[in-house]
Amino acid sequence: MTLVRQTSPHARSPNSTQQIMKWVLLAAVPGLAMQTVFFGWGTLINLVWCILIAVGSEALVLKIRQRPISFYLTDGSAIVTAVLLALALPPLSPWWLTLIGISFAIIIGKQLYGGLGNNPFNPAMLGYVLLLISFPQEMTQWLPPVGAAGHTAVKSFSEALFTIFPLFGHPINIDAISMATPLDIVRENTSLTMKELWSENPAFQYFAGRGWLWINLAYLLGGLFLLYKRVFSWHAPMGMLAALLVMSTLFWGGAGSGSHGSPLFHLFSGATMLGAFFIITDPVSSATSNKGRLIFGAGTGILVYVIRTWGGYPDGVAFATLLMNMAAPMIDYYTQPRTYGHKKPNKGLPEQH
Amino acid sequence: MNLPLRDITESRHMPEVKVRVWPLTGGIHPEENKRQSTSVPIKSVPMPDKLILPLSQHAGSPAEPIVAVGDRVLKGQMIARATGFVSVPVHAPTSGTVSAISSEAIPHPSGMHDECITLIPDGKDQWCQLQPINDYKSVEPSTLVELIRQSGIAGMGGAGFPAAVKLSPRSPIHTLILNGTECEPYITADDMLMRERADSIVTGAEILQHLLTSERCLIGIEDNKPEAIEALKKAVAQSSNGHQIKVVVFPTKYPSGGEKQLIQILTGLEVPSGKLPSDLGIAVQNVGTAVAVCDAVQHGKPLISRITTMTGEALSKPGNLEVLLGTPARHLLSAAGINDRQLDALIMGGPMMGFTLNGQDVPVIKTSNCLIAGTRGEFPPAMPAQACIRCGMCAEACPSSLLPQQLYWHAKSENHEQLKHHNLFDCIECGACSYVCPSSIPLVQYYRASKGEIRAQEARHAKAERSRVRYEHRQTRLEREQAEKEAKRKANAERAARLKAEKAASSNKESSAVPDPVQAAIERAKAKKVAASTTTNKPAKTTLSADQKELRIQLSLASAQLKKTRRALTQAQEKGEGDIDKLSADVSMLEAQVAKLQKEFETAAVSEPSAIEQPSAIRQQPRAEKNLDNEAAKKLKIESAMAKAALKKAERALATALEEGSSETEALRDAVEEYRQKADSLTKELVDANTGKPAKSSADDKKLKVEQAMAKAALKKAEREMTKAQELGSDDTLSLQDKIDECRKKLEQLESGKPSVADNATGATSSSYPVKTETSDDLKKLKIENAMARAALKKAQRALDNAEGDTQALEAALTKAQTKAAEAENALAAAS
Amino acid sequence: MEIVIFAIIALLALALVFGAILGFASVRFKVEGNPIIDQVNELLPQTQCGQCGFPGCRPYAEAIVSGEPINRCPPGGQSTINALADLLDVEPEPLDEEHGAEKPPMVAYIREDECIGCTKCLQACPVDAILGAARQMHTVMKDECTGCDLCVEPCPVDCIDMVAIETTPHTWSWTLPSREAEPGLIATDMRGQTV
Repeated sequence: MTLVRQTSPHARSPNSTQQIMKWVLLAAVPGLAMQTVFFGWGTLINLVWCILIAVGSEALVLKIRQRPISFYLTDGSAIVTAVLLALALPPLSPWWLTLIGISFAIIIGKQLYGGLGNNPFNPAMLGYVLLLISFPQEMTQWLPPVGAAGHTAVKSFSEALFTIFPLFGHPINIDAISMATPLDIVRENTSLTMKELWSENPAFQYFAGRGWLWINLAYLLGGLFLLYKRVFSWHAPMGMLAALLVMSTLFWGGAGSGSHGSPLFHLFSGATMLGAFFIITDPVSSATSNKGRLIFGAGTGILVYVIRTWGGYPDGVAFATLLMNMAAPMIDYYTQPRTYGHKKPNKGLPEQH
Repeated sequence: MNLPLRDITESRHMPEVKVRVWPLTGGIHPEENKRQSTSVPIKSVPMPDKLILPLSQHAGSPAEPIVAVGDRVLKGQMIARATGFVSVPVHAPTSGTVSAISSEAIPHPSGMHDECITLIPDGKDQWCQLQPINDYKSVEPSTLVELIRQSGIAGMGGAGFPAAVKLSPRSPIHTLILNGTECEPYITADDMLMRERADSIVTGAEILQHLLTSERCLIGIEDNKPEAIEALKKAVAQSSNGHQIKVVVFPTKYPSGGEKQLIQILTGLEVPSGKLPSDLGIAVQNVGTAVAVCDAVQHGKPLISRITTMTGEALSKPGNLEVLLGTPARHLLSAAGINDRQLDALIMGGPMMGFTLNGQDVPVIKTSNCLIAGTRGEFPPAMPAQACIRCGMCAEACPSSLLPQQLYWHAKSENHEQLKHHNLFDCIECGACSYVCPSSIPLVQYYRASKGEIRAQEARHAKAERSRVRYEHRQTRLEREQAEKEAKRKANAERAARLKAEKAASSNKESSAVPDPVQAAIERAKAKKVAASTTTNKPAKTTLSADQKELRIQLSLASAQLKKTRRALTQAQEKGEGDIDKLSADVSMLEAQVAKLQKEFETAAVSEPSAIEQPSAIRQQPRAEKNLDNEAAKKLKIESAMAKAALKKAERALATALEEGSSETEALRDAVEEYRQKADSLTKELVDANTGKPAKSSADDKKLKVEQAMAKAALKKAEREMTKAQELGSDDTLSLQDKIDECRKKLEQLESGKPSVADNATGATSSSYPVKTETSDDLKKLKIENAMARAALKKAQRALDNAEGDTQALEAALTKAQTKAAEAENALAAAS
Repeated sequence: MEIVIFAIIALLALALVFGAILGFASVRFKVEGNPIIDQVNELLPQTQCGQCGFPGCRPYAEAIVSGEPINRCPPGGQSTINALADLLDVEPEPLDEEHGAEKPPMVAYIREDECIGCTKCLQACPVDAILGAARQMHTVMKDECTGCDLCVEPCPVDCIDMVAIETTPHTWSWTLPSREAEPGLIATDMRGQTV
């Protein structure tokens, strides 16, 4: 009889890429639930649509590249990308917007670089940024959250469905009901003090945006679960949140009309927690060493605040992530750990002989 | 957590005695699977049918067998000795007979074969004489180290590094560490050893401490072996040296048992990259090695057995066995109750760092601590590797704080610079990264392959560098030789010019200058004469009778004539003009004449053997073997005659010059020149005679063989050219074909000639002396002919090479070859 | 008119200054020899076999630097070509088959009982790796032999063989996990590539 011949180790941990992806999806459930609660069925419909397109386009490219389709599809990475993009899109984005975004993310952002593991950029953020630049109007049409005036307009499932897919029914006029996100409002605000803003504008509640606070808390919960499961280390999220905290404290500007918003407002508004625990922890496009990840996260946090406060877009997580993705290889070169038996860690590129 | 690396010099002082453990960087917690094999005590196995003992059971150069097939050896007898500093001998594990020294399957990840000594036990298990040392403390440490080396002890933990090498450190050792960690899953050999032979371990530790004069000894054990810890603590407490030995217990984590990792855990120090533990003043030995040292010193027993764990789900009776080295795995597996149907993977060593075996016929060697007979469910085949998602789990598991996934990417793209930059060579191949990898990437294989490739490339580069240096040396040597030749030539030319100038001057100044060159010429001639006669002529002359002299002169004259004619013939043949037929007829006639004369001379010489033998005792070689070697004698005679002729000529010329004065200097010069030529040829032939003799006296048909080989080669070459020509579609094909046929014919002739000559030679030895002379003469003729044929053939070939369609030259060459072949045929006829 | 003169003077002055700087630099930062030739020579396998058409490795290195193709070295094979391409920053090309095919590393082996001691191979060996004297049997120093083939042709009795260097357990090494080892997974990956 023939005996198996292979290289050591012969024992393997039960860990697998699929398992990691499953945990990530599971951890995203609370956030998804909160988003559905506050913004209606749109997010859920978008999500399903997005997954369909993602899996479809991934299969298409794999077919063209003549790779075994089921082997690569089952790693679940396309679904994770789809979920992350769907969560980042406005709830009632039209179907074609999602189609363009996710197919761009999968086909160009991931597969054209060689598939999972070879993409230098976070594919979901690449798709998001493409849409943000190409369709700025559609991308900023966020609905008023539950509790704010106008939310009742899209309460039913069918309304949401027909708004996303207008071919099958009568869409609601989204322009009439959409409103700016809290981050946008604070950025644009020049006249009202923070106190006035919070008391007068229905988009705000407690110390952050209405609904956004709970959504962020839900993502935080999911992130902590992933940390517990050791899907990723604490370095990147911690770096980002700490940097954001420091930046927003330094440039707070008090409670007057010139304020940029409190640190808590920044931590619990927009896509902060989604970014910190689900976006920048994408291992493929981030730095590799723990120290590198800390720097990577911190850089993202700083950029997020800079873009939010002085940039041209209401939120900066996507841009900040992509910019830091570009810096990741260099961070890697300068943050190698000190190897056992070496006095100093290696830095930079190897010396050319 | 990374601990700061202390300076080596700083660490030379012994760290504080307080027993404390440091945490391991990285590491994993794989399923231990140790209970299966610890429930029963160590058992022995019945004697196998045969023992296969690889010569390379350790790290370093393989041992060298000192027994032959068929030898009977005793238990404990050395059967292969160490071949260097980093090498250990092999001993017979039982008494029996050496049945083979051959290439057998060895336990190696390559699954290759290597030299092994196969021993068939005789069942008596008879020990050889043992020399135990009762009081090791009174023995010099260096003697003990030598004893340990000769006992064949190599590290028993798995790496198999010769123990004696570690015990002869470059710097003083303050801490001895005994490694009882056994962090790999499944393996319990050391665990059971510590439980059952704690006393031997402690004694071994004391001996090692005596050897190394270290101040303390730490025995490191993971906390998952409470029984072993208990046993060792008890043994230490009973020991007289117990205060120096500490049993240190630390948390279980893979790979704590790596040498570097254990040092980190027990001392908090890191072995600097590229250095050895001894540079820190630390020596690490496996507990099994300590037992082997104890056996070697206290009982005089060499390393001939070891404890091996037999485990895995395919075994019904897992446990630890005391195994004779060389026992085939099949024997052990059946002793442990193997279920062949369930067996899917056979692993030697642990599941983390061990390797799979191809079959059950490999033997257990000094490093084999475990055999795992795994089922498919236990060790499922590796999943196809998925893409690396840079999750970083490998970096967290790495005990050396490397970046495994970066190494993986660089290994995949074969970027060796980057691999070295990322400290690939600090990887200990523990497999923790592969274990945790969610994408099932065989990371360790990537590292091993890259390391091998880098090492191979460095070796290639070193070799290329050496070749370059050798090449350059050769070039300079050739240039120097060329320059020397050039200088000599120049000097000669200058001397000639100076002579000419002097001559011119002398002709101008008449009387005053005349005597000088003439005098010089006379002196030169005289000197040469003296030299020539002392080396060759004189003694022979003095001892030869008048008859012989006469004969010899005739003979030499005839030979000279023959030579001249033959030269003329060759020239004619080369030019392809002149009366070749007549010349060759002359040659054969002259040859016959020479042969006749030779025979006569020989008969005369034999009739007066004493006259020849007497001086031969005084003079050197040539004449000493004169009786036995006619050819040498003949040659020498020819040469002496030639020298004499030359001398005469020179003398005559000299006389003429003296008589006629300066007006005839030209003639003198010519004569001297000629004389010089003759002298040169004489020396050359002398050399030939000297060097050629042994070959001649050995066997003539050997020469024939050589010629035959050469003819064969020529035929081959001709055939090759033929095919080439055919490919090119050249017109030469026909003539080439002829040539090939010619060559083949010649070869056949030679082949048929060889045995007949050999027959003749054998016949000659039994017959009377003169007959033999004749035969050897014939043989000589045959040889000459053959040589000529060969030369002609070569020429033909050269002509062919140069020809490129020059059919004329080709045809000439062909005719030549034919003539030669005919001659060879004649010779053959003469010989037979 | 004055302006023109000033302009000319200014330009002359500038020319002088820069000329001086350049002259100084060329002396001060003079490059000894041609290090690129040495670097190329470093990469060549130093078999001195002449298969490239040049009488040794260094001449070929010089030729490469002056523009000869880098794919003429069969003993070095594709890895040498790649290394050269990397060094010279050109596209790696496949080995030029005209100069021979890539072979596994070889050493010469003399069948010693057939050797007649003619010393012809000694003279042919570019690295003096053959030992022997006239009418004495010759032998090859295995460690020094570059496997260049040059001794095979001169041998009059054809007693020299080129044998491939065998792998032993001591020289054996793992190989990279190959894609072919996973049949069906990326079977089509290599299609269209000349590997």
